[in-house]
Amino acid sequence: MNLLDLVIAIPAIGFLVALIIPRVMEKITRLLVMGFALLTFVVSLGLVSGFQSGVNGLQFESNKIWIANPEIHYHVGIDGLSLWLIILSTFLTPIAILLSWKYVQHRIKEFYAFLLLLECGLVGVFAAYDLFLFYTFWEVVLVPMYFLIGIWGHDRRIYATVKFFLYTMVGSVLMLAAIIFLYTQAHTFDYAEILAQLGSGKIALDHGTETLLFLAFFLAFAIKVPLFPLHTWLPDAHVEAPTAGSVMLASVMLKMGTYGLVRFCLPMFPIAAKENAPWIVILAITGIIVGALVALVQPNMKKLVAYSSVSHLGFVVLGIFSFTQVGLDGAVYQMLNHGISTGALFLLVGFLYERQHSLAIKDFGGVATVAPWLSILFLITTLASIGLPTLNNFVGEFLVLQGAAQANFSWAVFAAFGVILSACYMLWMYQRVFFGALAHSVKHHVTDLSPREWACAVPLIVMMVWMGMYSQSFIPAISEANARILDRTAKAGLIKMTPHVAVNAGTSNFAPAGGGNAHAR
Amino acid sequence: MLANGISSSFVPSNLEMLRFAPELILSVAGTLLMVLDPFFGEGKKSPKIFGHISIVAFLLAIFGAVEANTVAGPAFSNLLIVDGFATYFRVLVLVIGVFAVLSSYLYLDREAADTCEYHALLLFSVAGQCLMVSSNDLIMIFIGLEISSIASYVLAGYLRNDRRNNESALKYFLLGSFATGFLLYGVSIVYGVTGTTKLDEIRTFLAAPGVPTGYVALAAALMIVGLGFKVSGAPFQVWAPDVYQGAPAPVSAFMATAPKAAAFAIFLRIFVTDFDKIGSSWEPLIWISALLSMTIGNFAALTQTNIKRMLAYSSIAHAGYLLVALAARSEIGTAAAMFYLAAYALMNIGAFAVVIHICGKGEKNVLISDLAGLGQKQPLTAGLLTVFVLSLIGVPLTGGFFGKFYIFRSALESHLVWLAILGLLNSAVAAYYYLRLLVVMYMHEPGEATESLEPLSPGLGLALALPAVGTFVLGVAPGAVLALATAGAALTK
Repeated sequence: MNLLDLVIAIPAIGFLVALIIPRVMEKITRLLVMGFALLTFVVSLGLVSGFQSGVNGLQFESNKIWIANPEIHYHVGIDGLSLWLIILSTFLTPIAILLSWKYVQHRIKEFYAFLLLLECGLVGVFAAYDLFLFYTFWEVVLVPMYFLIGIWGHDRRIYATVKFFLYTMVGSVLMLAAIIFLYTQAHTFDYAEILAQLGSGKIALDHGTETLLFLAFFLAFAIKVPLFPLHTWLPDAHVEAPTAGSVMLASVMLKMGTYGLVRFCLPMFPIAAKENAPWIVILAITGIIVGALVALVQPNMKKLVAYSSVSHLGFVVLGIFSFTQVGLDGAVYQMLNHGISTGALFLLVGFLYERQHSLAIKDFGGVATVAPWLSILFLITTLASIGLPTLNNFVGEFLVLQGAAQANFSWAVFAAFGVILSACYMLWMYQRVFFGALAHSVKHHVTDLSPREWACAVPLIVMMVWMGMYSQSFIPAISEANARILDRTAKAGLIKMTPHVAVNAGTSNFAPAGGGNAHAR
Repeated sequence: MLANGISSSFVPSNLEMLRFAPELILSVAGTLLMVLDPFFGEGKKSPKIFGHISIVAFLLAIFGAVEANTVAGPAFSNLLIVDGFATYFRVLVLVIGVFAVLSSYLYLDREAADTCEYHALLLFSVAGQCLMVSSNDLIMIFIGLEISSIASYVLAGYLRNDRRNNESALKYFLLGSFATGFLLYGVSIVYGVTGTTKLDEIRTFLAAPGVPTGYVALAAALMIVGLGFKVSGAPFQVWAPDVYQGAPAPVSAFMATAPKAAAFAIFLRIFVTDFDKIGSSWEPLIWISALLSMTIGNFAALTQTNIKRMLAYSSIAHAGYLLVALAARSEIGTAAAMFYLAAYALMNIGAFAVVIHICGKGEKNVLISDLAGLGQKQPLTAGLLTVFVLSLIGVPLTGGFFGKFYIFRSALESHLVWLAILGLLNSAVAAYYYLRLLVVMYMHEPGEATESLEPLSPGLGLALALPAVGTFVLGVAPGAVLALATAGAALTK
């Protein structure tokens, strides 16, 4: 059992323990769950310190037979792509637990148990290297989130949670069909093996089949991302979810979709991915702009942040389908950035809700005078979210735009509107909530941060600054993994390849380092 | 012949009797129950003794079935065949029998209707199903089917003062006998063409080159009608919702699982082996029936408010998934269907057990809304139902998912791409109505039905907990059952 197995197993064990402990001992359960989450985080840090750069292939790999026939393996491992997403999951789970400490007062035991199950599923998704195992984790994630929204959510929670479940389910059954089809061709679920067979031509997919398989996977991931126009479940789910649910949903669960695109769609179906890139990019850019415009007019803070997610995730998809090293690095980095900054936004909005019991912007005003520290932290997060240099989102957005410009300059031009609009909706919201006349109810209800809330918010703020100032801590590992993926894509699409992609794939060792340094300075 | 354990004389050998052990045990126990009735029955103190005796009989029969498999082979002039396939299904229907009895204790007690007939009929019905699945002869299949069906007709109308029971029994009887007629008609045509009713001889006859297959194809079509009724596959499914809704809940649980498993066993044995030669002529029929069953079942279930009726439509949809495996016409398909039937039986028994738990006297609480707040009032019961619901949806780590995966894998390997895709999309539709159970249970406040709910009785507790464990085992470690199913499927060839 290596470290990675532990990171998957500890939350699973914690989930079972939390279920077994009797209901009367709920307070103890909560502490215990927090202990499990912290332990998972500490163990997961071992992944970072043990991660070696320059290794071609998986690290912390573990491969055991789960079911003998049909042969299904428990095959997990990480590369630079998975590493930080796993850390993101284990980092945010304790925060999600801590921030719910007061908010969740009924059915406490199940709530925290589900958070651990969610963590286990998320880590599993990012670590699985067997398609069957991947699908298992992918679906397992759905169940706790379904209950988190449905039981502890707001008024329209049932509608939101069923919509969330069904949207994801429709996408994933088609992915399941594609996975089974690949199995009938390759006679294995092992992802490395399937890639090898696809690469060597042992499985020869004709053009139509490849496109269909690509679309089956793509649809599942695009719903999860969510890519415009499949995003309609997201605002509902976010608005209705409890704060911890929103944080986990926005920060990590959406990344399952973009991770899937990078991990599976690009390497397995490179030709189809490239052929379909133009319309996907158009959807991504539409998402960036539409998401931002819709966010602009939202009267509800959570909904505003939710639509801003649609916009930000559009950047990620744009970066992925630019097929450039810089763009892909930026996309993956942006996944992490969005996880931190949007997670923080939902967290802080949640704090406001706990005080005022309202999410409507009009119910606030002048919060800065009664809760200055809360306002300052919110301001930093807002600035991070709109991509102010020295804070994290800037790096990701810059790299994505650079990659997009390399692929097609007009893409970058349109996408850049999203950056401008993000400043509009975020700052306008900030102004209406925190400045202006002090509303009467705000004066009575809104207090400044409690120590517990400080403890939730500070780690996120620290990460925003760290990731904005010194992206070198993170990007090299990501670049290495991305270079391998692009290399595959480039080889497969050799004939139709555009020149600048070739240059980038070939010089992958330089491009990211240069990009990262530029921002570090 | 002697070496094979078959005596040449009219008197069967001991070995043959051993191969026939489960049916013998069940029949003897059933008869014994009726003899015991005057001593323990009405007015006497311990009516539960009938249930205990049935459970012992079922367990003995399981032991007998496993023992019989150690001396696998034909019996009674080749009318019966004991092989891995037969044993798998025998054990399956016997296990279902155990759960049917376990979930009946409370129900019969509540209705003050615990008599020997109920248990005797249950035993006879399962005996008929055991006979069906181990038959090597079309006439034997017919006899087994009739034993099983007639007992189930009576069971469906068991509470004779309840109008819903009467309606259910009448519908089941009329449509069921009509369907059996079709089956028999098909059998007679097969006999007319091949001159035999023995499955292995029919196979040999059809395998010979140059045999005209037109009439056999007609017979196959007629048998599809008959068996389609029994497995409630569309377009022969209309009886199922009314019958399942009207019958006593434990009987519905039984009818939705055991007779269906046995009928599928016959389906597989006759069609995948004997009629394999003319497969191209019946495959389209099964294809259409599978798609119709899945679609009608799932879409009709969307709007149901009665749990029993919803589960009936869901069982139609599940019959559709099973027909997909049949349409695959392969060993993997057969194994997939066998595995799925086990997973399906467990999750359905569990779901019905919860219905029995909440329905109250006279089955007054059978609406989905009657589950409201179960998650708060009885978290354990709700948790167990959640396991079954997730399995019915097909969420990984449950038997339902692995079974579905295996079925659609067999379909894709047989190049039934569209059927597989439509089937999988169907299972996404199904998620909607199954989720409603979870929504009501966990996200609504407790209602009248759950407020006055008694704690889980021991019998029902077992009928819930054991299938839940089984559902997980089939989902997490399906290896053992899968190996049995695969071995059994290979034997039918």
